[in-house]
Amino acid sequence: MPDTSATVGTDLKLTAKDFKSDQEVRWCPGCGDYAILAAMQAFLPELNIPREDMVFVSGIGCSSRFPYYLTTYGMHSIHGRAPTIATGLAVSRPDLSVWVVTGDGDALSIGGNHLIHTLRRNVNLKILLFNNRIYGLTKGQYSPTSELGKITKSTPMGSLDYPFNPLSLALGAEATFVARTIDSDRKHLLDVMRAAATHEGTALVEIYQNCNIFNDGAFDIVKNPATKENALIPLVHGEPIIFGTDGSHCVIRDKQGGVEIVETALVDHDDILIHNAHAEDPATAFALSRLSDPQTLNNSPIGVFRSVERPSYDHLMSDQMAKANAKGPGDLSELIRGKDTWTVE
Amino acid sequence: MPKKTVQLDRVIIRFAGDSGDGMQLTGDQFTSSTASFGNDLSTLPDFPAEIRAPAGTLPGVSAFQLHFADHDILTPGDAPNVLVAMNPAALKANLKDVPRGADLIINTDEFTSRNLTKVGYEQSPLDDNSLESYNVHPIGLTSLTIGALKEFDISKKEAERAKNMFALGLLSWLYDRQLEGTERFLNEKFGKKPEILAANLKALHAGWNYGETTEDFSVRYEVKPAKLNSGTYRNISGNLALSYGLIAASRQSGLPMFLGSYPITPASDILHELSKHKDFGIRTYQAEDEIAGIGAAIGASYGGAIGLTTTSGPGVALKSEAIGLAVALELPLVVIDVQRGGPSTGLPTKTEQADLLQAMFGRNGEAPVPIIAPRSPSDCFDAALEAVRIATKYRTPVFLLSDGYLANGQEPWLLPNVEDLPDLHVEFASEHNYTNEDGTTEFRPFIRDPETLARPWAIPGTPGLEHRIGGLEKADGTGHISYDPDNHDRMVRLRQAKIDGIANSIPNLEVDDPTGDADVLVIGWGSTYGPIGAASRLVRKNGGKVAQAHLRHLNPFPHNTGDVLHHYKRVIVPEMNLGQLALLLRGRFLVDAIGYNQVRGMPFKAEELKDVIEDVIASA
Ligand SMILES: Cc1ncc(C[n+]2csc(CCOP(=O)(O)OP(=O)(O)O)c2C)c(N)n1
Ligand code: SF4
Ligand SMILES: [Mg+2]
Repeated sequence: MPDTSATVGTDLKLTAKDFKSDQEVRWCPGCGDYAILAAMQAFLPELNIPREDMVFVSGIGCSSRFPYYLTTYGMHSIHGRAPTIATGLAVSRPDLSVWVVTGDGDALSIGGNHLIHTLRRNVNLKILLFNNRIYGLTKGQYSPTSELGKITKSTPMGSLDYPFNPLSLALGAEATFVARTIDSDRKHLLDVMRAAATHEGTALVEIYQNCNIFNDGAFDIVKNPATKENALIPLVHGEPIIFGTDGSHCVIRDKQGGVEIVETALVDHDDILIHNAHAEDPATAFALSRLSDPQTLNNSPIGVFRSVERPSYDHLMSDQMAKANAKGPGDLSELIRGKDTWTVE
Repeated sequence: MPKKTVQLDRVIIRFAGDSGDGMQLTGDQFTSSTASFGNDLSTLPDFPAEIRAPAGTLPGVSAFQLHFADHDILTPGDAPNVLVAMNPAALKANLKDVPRGADLIINTDEFTSRNLTKVGYEQSPLDDNSLESYNVHPIGLTSLTIGALKEFDISKKEAERAKNMFALGLLSWLYDRQLEGTERFLNEKFGKKPEILAANLKALHAGWNYGETTEDFSVRYEVKPAKLNSGTYRNISGNLALSYGLIAASRQSGLPMFLGSYPITPASDILHELSKHKDFGIRTYQAEDEIAGIGAAIGASYGGAIGLTTTSGPGVALKSEAIGLAVALELPLVVIDVQRGGPSTGLPTKTEQADLLQAMFGRNGEAPVPIIAPRSPSDCFDAALEAVRIATKYRTPVFLLSDGYLANGQEPWLLPNVEDLPDLHVEFASEHNYTNEDGTTEFRPFIRDPETLARPWAIPGTPGLEHRIGGLEKADGTGHISYDPDNHDRMVRLRQAKIDGIANSIPNLEVDDPTGDADVLVIGWGSTYGPIGAASRLVRKNGGKVAQAHLRHLNPFPHNTGDVLHHYKRVIVPEMNLGQLALLLRGRFLVDAIGYNQVRGMPFKAEELKDVIEDVIASA
């Protein structure tokens, strides 16, 4: 295995340019994926990890073209399976920084099973879920995050299936790090990436991403300057959850043990919920994830919902490997002989 | 009065009972002492898919057959000389295989009217003379065991459970097997329960003493040790040999191994075994499904490990897309398919060879994958090394097709000298492999080795070799995405040529044609080696001439395969499927291969195959 110890502690002096590959970017002009790519290229130098020690693994979809545009190691795999490949890589090579890029169809339809199991295992992976609430690459069918009644080519009378809330799903799947951000808010996106990158274990980051061809405006309510202040609920660890024009609204605990949105003026300041991303119990994070309206995305919290410590799967496996090897490596001759041999002269 | 001892050259014993009667364990123990005694042997466990089918019913019957001899043998045998039947169901399910004159050791205690009705006996076969052409030994195995264990402070149920040890003791006496191995085994198993341990030991000896004292058995039998090649032997099953072969391959290549797997019969034991050997650098990962298992293996291969996935036919179906990805990525990967009866869930615990064409063609697009198959339980060891050799040298997924019979069957294995195992080291790429016109250099992930056509294995963590690969078609050389028609045509042919070229690294197909002038060739693959070999011996013993060849490599075939086939007037292909190898041979070599096909979930019987071969010889 390569020795990276020489680079630890030294400033690699990498810049965004160092992460731009020579491949022509092939997304539609105006696609939200561009902004995420640019933010990522700007962010990666901050990690001060040599390019050769980073790997981006993706599935299939527009978003999954992402690895081609970076200069790290990368694999564009098959639909829905990127978490499986990334798991095998991360578990057998704990020295690498492994990222997964996936779409709402890739991660939540065909790859739903892998996503939930990866989260509960807490493999050391950073998963970026580009949620455009549509199948982009296959030209516009509804996805598992599309709002009910969505009219698309495959649902001319409107979709019939209730959507997933990806963060509720992740929290239910025992995720240790769950966050949401928006393609067009570069500063917020970078803050969330930073938190995700340093998390030990699986970090799931949902990114609201506009597909201007097949689902344009899906996130207008949380992007449009006229509406976003009232539609978005920023979560900051340790801060009271207040949002809206001039802090008009806030989140408090309701009588059922969940949370509710009220007018700030009508409650005692001390009753406003203080966001605790490190709470062991995911119940409040889950309640917060339920605030966003599944149809309109009004009242969508953004930021880090949950970030708790739990040993990563790869860490635990490395520990077992070390324990098994404590008495030195196995002896093949002895192994294959077993306990019961006989000799023929 | 000392009893008479009769010399035999070989014996076939079948233990049959209810799933709960411990027949597999009894068979295993008898096998171990037979192996230590120095006989050649071959076993055939045959158990139901249900963990506990209703007691006393036909579907609940579990059997274990052992063939042992004073000479080298190839199969677990066709027809038992002795059947131990622990209940009416066991008798009913197995009697059809037992030739007249054979010994039947029958546990009379279980022949109650209730048990008889359960399996449709209107009258007890012990009373209606229907067994008169057999040598019947009616013994109250259960009551004798309970009687022998009266002094112990254990429940009646626990005492009853030791009846398999009583039976084992009796059979051990009958065939003069030592009890020490079984005593050691019981000590390990029940070391923490001294009362149960003592009871089982007592039952074992009570069975032995019963043989010695009862008038029912007037003779004992002796099968002398076999004259096997000199060296140290152990007994081994296919799944264990395969696991050891994989561990050996990891050591011989100097590469860590990663197994991604999802439990499935009859492959799970490989996962269980490998998970015990982390001290050999083996990582095992039980995934959420078979797709995740192979995905993780591909990820590990990408990172520089030997990626491995183990499964059976239904799992292969799920892995197909990922195998195609590995073909496109050109990364090493070993896919082990321990075949079972199909289609669908099929016969989980029975053997079959019907996944050959799935392995060969079961992917979208032109996606060639090398295929190899072991021929006997111990051969699984060598086959595993060969699979890893091809995967790592040619950067390709490789299929290893074992089957349920090889997986669970046992035979003596002449232990290899670890120092003599093949060297499987391969090099990772470490530097640029392309020089531009301006003199600058770069890394191109799809520039091939001119000899093997393998592309470089450039693992993450290697500075300067950062590159992107994927399932989309790649431009020859650079590996960039390419939709160019000529490039696609070239890449499809290159991938095929790489697999075809593996034939340059494998030995020619050997033919066993003792007289050199046989007209008929019988050719097979996989676990049919034993029955075909035994049948060929029988034919030759009768004065017939037959040539035998057996394929380890099914894709690509050895270079001389066509010549071998065309050399003979008639070619017979016995397979436990409806003619899959025959189809490939016909297609590749335009040879009029005659299939002989059975899909009964059981290995071929040598006698049957002998008749088939003789018929073809007669018509040649
Ligand atoms: C096995 C398989 N089934 C279907 C497809 C077709 N397919 C490609 S991408 C895709 C959906 C992509 O949607 P999403 O994951 O949301 O990605 P986006 O394009 O929106 O970024 C589908 C159905 C495929 N490539 N593979
Ligand atoms: S189809 Fe939509 S998601 Fe895909 S590249 Fe175009 S704009 Fe982006
Ligand atoms: Mg999408």
